[in-house]
Amino acid sequence: MAGVNRLPRGGRIDRAKPVSISFNGQTLSGYAGDTVASLLLANGIHLVGRSFKYHRPRGILSHGSDEPNALLSIDRGPGKIDPNNRATVAEARGGLVTASQNHWPSLNFDVGAINDRLSPIFVAGFYYKTFMWPRRFWDRVYEPNIRAAAGLGKSPDGPDADRYGNRHAHCDVLVVGAGPAGLAAALAASEGGKRIILADEQAEFGGSLLHDVTSTVDGTAAQDWAAQAIAMLKARENVTLLTRTTAFGYYNHNHVAMAERITDHLENAPDHLPRERLWQVRAGAVILATGSHERPLVFADNDRPGIMLAESIRAFVNRYAVAPGRRIVIATSGASAYRAAADAHAAGLAVTVVDIRLEADCGPEVAFVRQKGIDVLTSHTVIAATGRKRVTGLIVAPLGSEGRVGARRTLAADCVGMSGGWTPSVHLFSQSRGKLRFDDAIDAFVPGQSVQAERSAGAARGSYDLADCIADGFAAGDPLTARPRLAATPSLTGFQPVRILPTDADATRVRAFVDFQNDVTAKDIGLAVREGFESVEHVKRYTTTGMATDQGKTSNMNALGLMAGIQGKALPAVGTTTFRPPYTPVTFGTLVGPAKNALFDPARITPIHGWAKEHGAEFENVGLWKRAWYFPQGRETMHEAVARECKAVREGVGIFDASTLGKIEVVGPDAAEFMNRIYINAWTKLKPGACRYGLMLKEDGFIMDDGVVARLAEDRFHVTTTTGGAARVLQHMEDYLQTEWPDLRVFLTSITEQYAVIALQGPKAREVIAPLVSDIDLSGEAFPHMTVRTGFICGVPTRLFRVSFTGELGFEINVPSDHGRAVWEAIYERGRAFGITPYGTETMHVLRAERGFIIVGQETDGTVTPDDVGLGGMIAKAKPDFVGKRSLARPDIVAAGRKQLIGLVTDDPSLVLDEGAQIIDDRHRPVPIKALGHVTSSYWSAACGRSIALALVAGGRERMGETLYVTTPDSFAAARVTAPVFFDEKGARVHA
Amino acid sequence: MLETPNAARRVSAFADAVSPAGIRPLPGAARFALRLREADATGEAAGFRLDQPLNTFAAQGDRLSLRLGPNEWLLIGPEADADAIAAEIAAALGTRFHTLVDIGHRNVAIEVKGPHAADILNAGCPLDLFDARFPTGTATRTLLGKAEIVLMRLDDAPTYRVECWRSFATYVHDFLTEAAQEFDAGT
Repeated sequence: MAGVNRLPRGGRIDRAKPVSISFNGQTLSGYAGDTVASLLLANGIHLVGRSFKYHRPRGILSHGSDEPNALLSIDRGPGKIDPNNRATVAEARGGLVTASQNHWPSLNFDVGAINDRLSPIFVAGFYYKTFMWPRRFWDRVYEPNIRAAAGLGKSPDGPDADRYGNRHAHCDVLVVGAGPAGLAAALAASEGGKRIILADEQAEFGGSLLHDVTSTVDGTAAQDWAAQAIAMLKARENVTLLTRTTAFGYYNHNHVAMAERITDHLENAPDHLPRERLWQVRAGAVILATGSHERPLVFADNDRPGIMLAESIRAFVNRYAVAPGRRIVIATSGASAYRAAADAHAAGLAVTVVDIRLEADCGPEVAFVRQKGIDVLTSHTVIAATGRKRVTGLIVAPLGSEGRVGARRTLAADCVGMSGGWTPSVHLFSQSRGKLRFDDAIDAFVPGQSVQAERSAGAARGSYDLADCIADGFAAGDPLTARPRLAATPSLTGFQPVRILPTDADATRVRAFVDFQNDVTAKDIGLAVREGFESVEHVKRYTTTGMATDQGKTSNMNALGLMAGIQGKALPAVGTTTFRPPYTPVTFGTLVGPAKNALFDPARITPIHGWAKEHGAEFENVGLWKRAWYFPQGRETMHEAVARECKAVREGVGIFDASTLGKIEVVGPDAAEFMNRIYINAWTKLKPGACRYGLMLKEDGFIMDDGVVARLAEDRFHVTTTTGGAARVLQHMEDYLQTEWPDLRVFLTSITEQYAVIALQGPKAREVIAPLVSDIDLSGEAFPHMTVRTGFICGVPTRLFRVSFTGELGFEINVPSDHGRAVWEAIYERGRAFGITPYGTETMHVLRAERGFIIVGQETDGTVTPDDVGLGGMIAKAKPDFVGKRSLARPDIVAAGRKQLIGLVTDDPSLVLDEGAQIIDDRHRPVPIKALGHVTSSYWSAACGRSIALALVAGGRERMGETLYVTTPDSFAAARVTAPVFFDEKGARVHA
Repeated sequence: MLETPNAARRVSAFADAVSPAGIRPLPGAARFALRLREADATGEAAGFRLDQPLNTFAAQGDRLSLRLGPNEWLLIGPEADADAIAAEIAAALGTRFHTLVDIGHRNVAIEVKGPHAADILNAGCPLDLFDARFPTGTATRTLLGKAEIVLMRLDDAPTYRVECWRSFATYVHDFLTEAAQEFDAGT
């Protein structure tokens, strides 16, 4: 038998399938169907971890996803380790290597437990009060030490070896939770053929029925009723059933995020399956059948291993056939725990019940268990638990009238079940922005006004009776059809709220835990209130109650009740905190999904990318594009490669991939008029076959984008934009066309990717392409600078531009993308005789800077006008309007002293200034010194044999010849102001 | 002068792609962006229907007309017909104001076919691909992960056609391949 505490009969475990796992190096046996928690308990292990703050020994508190204590590291193989797995959720299977956390050197002997002895110091607000001074200690001492001590579990440090999936899904009704209410809701909702998704976080559907071995529904055993319901749902094609799937986030428009765990429970998970999958569901309606959470009782040392929730004892006994103890004391303030007592007793375990309520306040449950021979002490309080690493007993005492505590006695116990009542799981409802309402009768917040198309059902809305849950589920699933109420065994319900158990001990010494995961005691809550924290939100943050990864599922109502009691308010007056996603922890992998490595972001590549890669290019990212940056040869540095490439273009011929340039085809009888309105230039008189450099502004008058525009025909323009501006410019144009000028007969089409663009630049460019081009006269007279021709290159249709961004004779050859690489290779082959040199974006930047051509986004920053960069002359004065025209007349735009584009040459010709460096006029002024502007571009220029820089400087054009000072990393460099052009000042070379 | 029509070979954006079953990069095609004012969108032109409802396509022989907006169509035909299509459209629409732009190389296409095709697409496409909501004949612009695509449902197999811009080809293909992995080996 797997485990000394395995019961001989019963349970939903598969005794034919033994499994073994490793826990802290020890191999333990269990059965398929076990959770790690039930397997540990079957082997007599209660101590499974050390608490977050005080390093107190902790055990297994619950049997589900609300577990605050039993957090384990689980290792499923290389790259597959993660911390803080709830032992009550993780399914046991072969090959799992589990380990407890938050202790050193071992779970049994933990040095950190000194914190527990020091607990009078570590009160609420300890950090805020202690680490105040000396101030300089914060960075060097306090923060590093707090960080080292903080956190729970150890983050994995290698890459995650698993794959994760993502799925968008739609349905008419999403049912969250497959307990009795959820099953009933799904049955009713799916009858008419609607599309239903039913999701439950557990490995099996059934919810609380999975550990209910005594109830009947509609004349059959409750578990059989559930099995029949599941079989019916499976048979319906319109129903999607998702087990191991947690709905963790409820967002606007019924958008529900769910995490499905696909392979963690499989011993030999096939590689093709993702580990987990994020479901993003859009549901017409959502039914929340999320059940309820049991509340612990708050008494001294209520956190000792072996003390768990009463219903959890029932679950371990009935569902997993595990005896969590042989001598069990159930401490309760309500009826449901009597069912746990009866079931444990039926399994042959010794059980005593201690009830805080007066005998007269109890229901038929007392007689029900007494009949079975179980001792019940009503009107008794629990003073404290005994034992340290495992509970050994409960000190109890009778409660007299007026709360007087009578004589203590100790009940021996190796396991304690506690029940302080129930709290509906309203997390998702609250996330959906629904308004909670406090229901006095059940001492809990329940769903009030829904905000989305949502309805809660069953225990999630405070309905705890089995027959009520099923009826509520039917009504939620199909409100229009009245269904007969199914008879079911009456549930034992009702409880008396107790915030903290009466005690005769010195209250200042009692360690009664409210929030187990964050180690918050009742005393901490009291202290916070005494120190003046009134708002629940403030108490929460000050004490950290409810702020752990379990989100206070078990602790919140006790904390709120305590606050209300101390402040003398009714509970609803205290209110409740806001629930936020995720409902339970979600792995980063699930949120990331497939978006990692090559799928993290699309890497846009040009048709010539492969060639550049094969020829050793280094690439840079420009937006999503990969652009060839430079082509190092041999052991060349970037500097050497760029100098060589620049020289090649100036003296011979260079070839450059310009495919990423944005391209828009503007077509229609009103195309020229549209262009007139969008650009500052005039377009009406541009002849077909001619090109013009165009500049466009935003409405504020500042430069938005630029590029060469070719007029292919009277009604057809081929517009180019910057690489990064392509999408923005098209949207800007569409925006104006559709909203301001719908009367214009023009349409816009992106052709960025229709064409591969090969820039061939340098004095030899014409000779290189001459034999490859047909139907175009390449002579300088027939095809001058800034014109466009259509014809063929290598037999492929081309839009051949004679343009230059380098200052040399040059062509930009547009060919349909699929032909780009072949044409490039043909040109390259032909060019080898001329020393053709591939060059990248860095060389392109240097060459254009030598000629003083601006780059939008480098010389401009969204506050620069055409005049600022010396392009005011391009503005067509005669045009009645264009986008940004009015703004150019604004007082601050026309005021003197604006920053203007100038050139800078450093006194030391070898010094290359930093781009972005600040510029001042007198380095000897007292600081702070007002900056005149900054360096926008700075390079080593092989052609000039020195460094060059472009800068924006206040009143720059008035400062020609002045010496200014530019910041360097350790000082200033002197530089002389020049015109922003350093090479071929007349621009003659392009006409070669 | 060199007179060698189509001498330069073609290099597909999918040249290096390895595809699982059910995912197939499609060969080149003639494609045009046709824009025409809504009021003028009657009947058909050159075998391309113009008056179908938004977000649907119509097929006549091997010519597909996808209506992506009130005044926007994506026309797809055999690659060899590109010049003929342009001429026929011009003749058919005559003086009706329209624009026709060649985007044959701007887009690439991938076919996704089989019982799990919708699940594979829904790994990155947020639309409801349920038969009744996205029936055969549907065509729309949408997203796949971080890429914009045009998605068509061609038949009840079901077969879908995904069109995207050329530079996104690798991303879209690899995204679909990754999503298909669990079905490829699993069924």
